[in-house]
Amino acid sequence: MSHDFLQMHLKAVISCLLIFLYKVHTTKAGQFFSSGHTNNWAVLVCTSRFWFNYRHVANTLSVYRSVKRLGIPDSHIVLMLADDMACNYRNPKPATVFSHKNMELNVYGDDVEVDYRGYEVTVENFLRVLTGRLPPSTPRSKRLLSDDRSNILIYLTGHGGNGFLKFQDSEEISNMELADAFEQMWQKRRYNELLFIIDTCQGASMYERFYSPNLMALASSQVGEDSLSHQPDLAIGVHLMDKYTFYLLEFLEEVHPASQANMNDLFKVCPQSQCVSTPGHRTDLFQRDPGSVLITDFFGSVRKVEITKDTINLTSPVEPPIQRSGSGDIQIESLTYVDQLPVAEIIHQKPKQKDWHPPDGFILGLWTLILLVFFQTYGIKHLKHIF
Amino acid sequence: MAAHRCGLSVVCILIFSSLAHPSSCDTLEKANDNTATKRRISEVNTDGSVAGEDMNERQWQSTDVEVNRSDGTKNGETFAPAKDQFQEELVIRPLHSGDIYASFQFRTLWDTDFLQEGQKKVSHYRLFPKSLGQVLSKFSVQELHISFTQGFWRTMQWGQPFIPSPPGAELWVWFHDTVSDVDGNWKELTNVLSGIFCASLNFIDMTNTVQPSASFKPLGLGNATDHRFLRYATLPREIVCTENLTPWKKLLPCGSKAGLAVLMKSEKLFHSSFHSQAVHIRPICQDEQCTSKAWELRQTLNVVFDHYTSGQGKKEWSLFKMFSRTLTEACPLASSSKVYVDITDNPEGELFELSPATPLLSQAVVLGDRRTYSVYDLTRAETFGQLRSFNLLLRWKGDSGDMLRPLLHAERYVAGFGLQTGEIHTVIYNNHPYRAFPVLLMDSVPWYLQLYIHTLTVTSKSRDNKPSYIHYQPAKDRHRPHLLEMLIQLPPHSMTEVTVQFERALLKWTEYTPDPNHGFYVGSSVVSALVPSMVAMSTNFTQDQPLFSSFVPVKEESSYFVRVYTEPLLVNLPTPDFSMPYNVICLTCTVVAVGYGSFYNLLTRTFQVDEPSPPLAKRLANFIRRIRGVPLLA
Repeated sequence: MSHDFLQMHLKAVISCLLIFLYKVHTTKAGQFFSSGHTNNWAVLVCTSRFWFNYRHVANTLSVYRSVKRLGIPDSHIVLMLADDMACNYRNPKPATVFSHKNMELNVYGDDVEVDYRGYEVTVENFLRVLTGRLPPSTPRSKRLLSDDRSNILIYLTGHGGNGFLKFQDSEEISNMELADAFEQMWQKRRYNELLFIIDTCQGASMYERFYSPNLMALASSQVGEDSLSHQPDLAIGVHLMDKYTFYLLEFLEEVHPASQANMNDLFKVCPQSQCVSTPGHRTDLFQRDPGSVLITDFFGSVRKVEITKDTINLTSPVEPPIQRSGSGDIQIESLTYVDQLPVAEIIHQKPKQKDWHPPDGFILGLWTLILLVFFQTYGIKHLKHIF
Repeated sequence: MAAHRCGLSVVCILIFSSLAHPSSCDTLEKANDNTATKRRISEVNTDGSVAGEDMNERQWQSTDVEVNRSDGTKNGETFAPAKDQFQEELVIRPLHSGDIYASFQFRTLWDTDFLQEGQKKVSHYRLFPKSLGQVLSKFSVQELHISFTQGFWRTMQWGQPFIPSPPGAELWVWFHDTVSDVDGNWKELTNVLSGIFCASLNFIDMTNTVQPSASFKPLGLGNATDHRFLRYATLPREIVCTENLTPWKKLLPCGSKAGLAVLMKSEKLFHSSFHSQAVHIRPICQDEQCTSKAWELRQTLNVVFDHYTSGQGKKEWSLFKMFSRTLTEACPLASSSKVYVDITDNPEGELFELSPATPLLSQAVVLGDRRTYSVYDLTRAETFGQLRSFNLLLRWKGDSGDMLRPLLHAERYVAGFGLQTGEIHTVIYNNHPYRAFPVLLMDSVPWYLQLYIHTLTVTSKSRDNKPSYIHYQPAKDRHRPHLLEMLIQLPPHSMTEVTVQFERALLKWTEYTPDPNHGFYVGSSVVSALVPSMVAMSTNFTQDQPLFSSFVPVKEESSYFVRVYTEPLLVNLPTPDFSMPYNVICLTCTVVAVGYGSFYNLLTRTFQVDEPSPPLAKRLANFIRRIRGVPLLA
């Protein structure tokens, strides 16, 4: 009986131990591999033009500032601003865009890099950036070079309505187009997880039609509601920020690269008491639980780095390029600068003739030849017919 | 025995629990542990340069030591000495109106050959920025000049600038004569440059590119002047802001961390009435004999602060007031770093007072005039004084009076009324009292202003002045713009007026910009001239000339080359009402629905008596009757 008791005891202890080890294994390893992404990208778009839409540019720049502060480098951010507010002639403080009144916080900063600006911010360019179908000569800073292990943050702001978002007061993008663009991105494996934030009127209508996996969406207002702007600044004369993005900026200012804040905290940003509109979110297409998704998974660029203490041997240094042999070898003739305004040369410049013309005097020579041949055959006495 | 076994089990339990305990400790402390690792990870990543590198450096140091021991050679000996040098300078010119004109010039000279073929491509960049070097070799560029300007240079109030530039963006490039497809290279080059400088230069295409036939000769070395390899384009609408300054600053060897570039704070630089930043790349002579050439990269930034004339400040300037910073050190990579202040108008100190005083004076002939400059050499430690900071102070004492009129000056405006026709007037002033000189006027007008060249008139002193050379390339709708180049002889002390009439075109509705009521821009005209100079210019090329006086190569002593840009024009094109398609569709559909619909109904509608459906009980009864085969109820 004692033998049985001992065996039972042993089994219980062993099973307890196994359970402990399993839990440790999943929590530690689970934490390590929970997000599955290796790089972060951000596409931040402001779609409005004209000075009175200052707040949309300030919205986009405040998200840009947070994203840069949390670690995403400029090469991984595609920033599209439809109009220039900072150096606008109406701006009383040039090269600044403020988000708080009394000019407390300049979100434009000193090292901003705008990739698409002015007339380049169109629906076509936006969709081309998302799907990667850009002309071959597009520079790298204007491309979204994401792969299947990228977490992408997409932020849109501007004027919108039920099912559409207005670009620069002349065209619009519909929610179906956006959903199809995301499906194209999924088919081409251009993202691992995507967070879509939109701050426009009736913003929730823009994420209604999404159908691709691994998408999470946030909007500043429901269908039928308007998103409101926050506060005007009397010196600048326009509203500085929208309410939702203002409180989002305040929330993100508390986030640092090591913080453990998760998406559930983000969903609570700007309740109706502060925002007047009801922010909405959509997580049914997202595979992980939002409570386990860190804010820095999308807004920051925290990489998993393995530090090793082994030494690595590099290959031998590169051969220096073959030096040209010194003076006296090849070029002895001296080079000269060109005359900047060679008047004589210009006046006698022959005009470039694209079409071929016969050389000068050709017709005259031809007629002379014809006459000579005629008089050769028929004799010189026919000359009197000419003269 | 039982006790012994119990004891054994207790011991086993104790052992297992002790094994399990660390894991529970882990679970308790896992939050802290993870944050610690994450902080370490993030420190490696975001600080990157600080924390991680220390560890890496220690590792690299150890390998370095091993290599040294095994090789026995020093690292420095395997690479050839660098053949590039960097110079920086700042010129401050107090203007007659009480404002300040500050011009920064940064020059990198590099003895290399980008366009070599067959040899190894250039891959080791030191002071020369790699992004520009790769652009030069990929597109076989002989010369590249790009400028971004905000504001317009007021020649009548400020004199001539050291390096002129038109408002907006201007790009002109000379390609090497081995290029076979110049247009393809040009298109790709504009796209690449738009990425480097964060500007929308990709809007440069065939509709605003011209090929001047006599203007814009190369400013560097070269013998081939076949204008088939020249392309010129200007974007007058381009905005210049911090996003253009940021990549421009990154091209400098010291960045904006040391040297004169620390003064470039965007909040102060853009709060000015003129701001222009440019990049000029060209091959130049390395020495007097000019047997070999070197590549020169010049980055210039011209800014005019007008705080006094706009009523925002007193007539007193200091570096701290203008740039919100003082200078603390020269760029360590620079071979020379100097600040010049123009004191020609202040020989006895009666006009303004300059502090700190300096004994160094330098004379230079620039723009046809001999000017005297106070020089501050930043490579010497005594310039910075006790406080290790150099703050230049300029205090005005007297009134400066009127400025000498500049010898060459040009204006342009649109005359006429309505949205159909108009007239472009270009006025060029020659203010020299007795010398006449020729100027080359280049006009590039977009295709939607259709010029009537038969109405072109050139009048000087109210008499007809026939140009000695005219090159006109007419526009092709939606393909290329007008190009008009004329060599006009300007009589002394006169005003010459060039007028041409045009008609405005109606664009297709997709070709309008999102804000068409703002108007459409026409780029500045360029007036290039060899102006007679008051002082003999030196044609010797010497290395120690200050940078601002050695930009344009001087071929003869009696005249200097100057380029004057006119204002850009803003014309309104006939603009349709863009809400009309929506209105038309609504109206038409309403008319069709109401009018045709009711007419169709009238014709084809028939009326039938319809019995209401019987109640449920009756329907059930009918159903049972049908089954029984008995006749149904009514």
